[in-house]
Amino acid sequence: MKILTGNDLKTGAVTWWDGQGWSLHVEDAADVAEHGDEIAARENAARRVVAPYVIDGEVAAEGVRPAHIKDRIRALGPTVRLDLSLKPAEPDAGTWVI
Amino acid sequence: MYQYDQFDQAMVDARVAEFRDQVRRRLDGSMSEEQFRPLRLMNGLYLQLHAYMLRVAVPYGTLNSRQMRMLGHIADKYDRGYGHFTTRQNIQYNWIKLEDAPDILADLATVEMHAIQTSGNCIRNTTSDQYAGAAADEVIDPRPYAELIRQWSTFHPEFSYLPRKFKMAVIASDIDRAAMKLHDIGIRLVRNAQGELGAAFYVGGGMGRTPMIAPCIREFVPIDQMITYSEACLRVYNRHGRRDNKYKARIKILVHEMGKDEYTRQVEEEFAHLLTQNIEPPAAELERIQGYFADPAFENGLSDAIDRADPDFALWVDNNCVAHKRPGYIAATISLKPVGGIPGDATSDQIRLMGDLAREYSFDELRVTHAQNIVLPHVRKADLYALWQKLDAAGLGTANLDLVGDIIACPGLDYCTLANARSIPVAQEISKRMAPKEQEIGELKLKISGCINACGHHHAGHIGILGVDRKGVENYQLLLGGCEGDDTSLGQITGPGFDENGIVDAVEKATNFYLANRQGDERFLDTYRRIGMAPFKEAIYAKETVDG
Repeated sequence: MKILTGNDLKTGAVTWWDGQGWSLHVEDAADVAEHGDEIAARENAARRVVAPYVIDGEVAAEGVRPAHIKDRIRALGPTVRLDLSLKPAEPDAGTWVI
Repeated sequence: MYQYDQFDQAMVDARVAEFRDQVRRRLDGSMSEEQFRPLRLMNGLYLQLHAYMLRVAVPYGTLNSRQMRMLGHIADKYDRGYGHFTTRQNIQYNWIKLEDAPDILADLATVEMHAIQTSGNCIRNTTSDQYAGAAADEVIDPRPYAELIRQWSTFHPEFSYLPRKFKMAVIASDIDRAAMKLHDIGIRLVRNAQGELGAAFYVGGGMGRTPMIAPCIREFVPIDQMITYSEACLRVYNRHGRRDNKYKARIKILVHEMGKDEYTRQVEEEFAHLLTQNIEPPAAELERIQGYFADPAFENGLSDAIDRADPDFALWVDNNCVAHKRPGYIAATISLKPVGGIPGDATSDQIRLMGDLAREYSFDELRVTHAQNIVLPHVRKADLYALWQKLDAAGLGTANLDLVGDIIACPGLDYCTLANARSIPVAQEISKRMAPKEQEIGELKLKISGCINACGHHHAGHIGILGVDRKGVENYQLLLGGCEGDDTSLGQITGPGFDENGIVDAVEKATNFYLANRQGDERFLDTYRRIGMAPFKEAIYAKETVDG
């Protein structure tokens, strides 16, 4: 599957296109198929995202996961500071990243 | 230390106002990201893996307590309670909001700080010896000359769009503590046989994907022509440096391809021309700057005795403190490398504490080192134990300067968009694994980069590690024999790379081999240079036999 990611223009937070808007959670990412560039251009122009790009994703048991390690780290946060991740209370939150 | 005059402050304040307007226009849609990107980079604002990252300049690594406290304040108010000190003697914040960036720059401006010259193809923040002004072996304090370069280079219209970024370092001692020969221009202040002060110019060094050691193109430029000669070096580079290929655009490539002799000839020709233009700053300006770097009010007649009754303290003194030019004083390095910690990171509380301790114990001065540590340059030996106790209580008393645990590591794939592999977890594992043996091993500079851009200086590590991406999996190459000092050398790759666990094992095997083969007081690097790569390689890649 193809998923679309970028950063929130104002905050810089990593975001994922969920089919309707932008989510902070990669699990919400939607398959954009061949429409990724088109959505990216539209959302970029609307200033809802900065530096959007399309990546490969896959559906795992826990939900959508980016195929490449760099984007998995983007989805989680720094692997060395899990306290700064979106799910700091979950000790196993990063087991799928590496 | 230097204090802004009305021109400095007016320039920085104007820049803040300008950027505030640029951010407003970006957010309201009147400016696209393509238009905005070079403007935010000129103000040190990057878009990194997780958020915007702001790199704040610390000119030649020198700070006062008030500035340090401001860095702590920014970490708390605008970031997530910590900052990362870098190999360029700067500090980075990793979780910045675009809408906050103008306010951060405004706060920095209140303490005479900014983020100018921390990005873009300009002359970047000039670095220097972290012991400048305190070192017993310097011919003169290099910081006024670094400051002169800062003033000359800031917003220099001819050099604001160079082919690539440009890094300068200034030192003034025989011992190079600033990796001077691995800069685009390295300047060593020297005295000639007549006792006159001058500058030796080393041009065309650098790390990155094509590491090169800068050759000396002139051994003595009279000090009142230093800026003119720098301008000549830059002008020849700006004229001939490649702009068609960013990987061949640094001055090291130009000097290499043009040849040192031809490059030098053109610089000398340009220099002769520029001398007729009288572009050197007036001597009065240098004297004005030097006035800010006068020695603090050192006391006379102080004892050199240090009570070493506490063994942990004694170890810290032995490892982390260096001789001062004045009796009764010492320069103390605060390691930001606790065992298993993140190299260069400090919490806001630690940042503020270091600022407060500088005020109490070091004439209000701190230095950021290119090895990602902090120096209190002027500590009375009589105060050293009290200082160390306060540092130790805050997790800042680690006694490992220049030992294997004192690892330089770039942010790597945990934070950086350019990285191919993580650096920090490797540093943490090596730190933990090697901690029991690091005192026995002695000096061993280990440096880790998460990609070929070499922000972690892996080429210059006695042991260097380079993270690469092998089909989506992190892999680590091992290098041996690099050195950033006077006998600068570039590390050589041992052979096939390792996974995350394997690289830690490989470092341990290399150090074990060193311990078994060193002679006398040899450092790791000395043993490597004596016996060469082959036996180390054999030890590192030897298959382990399994009994039974």
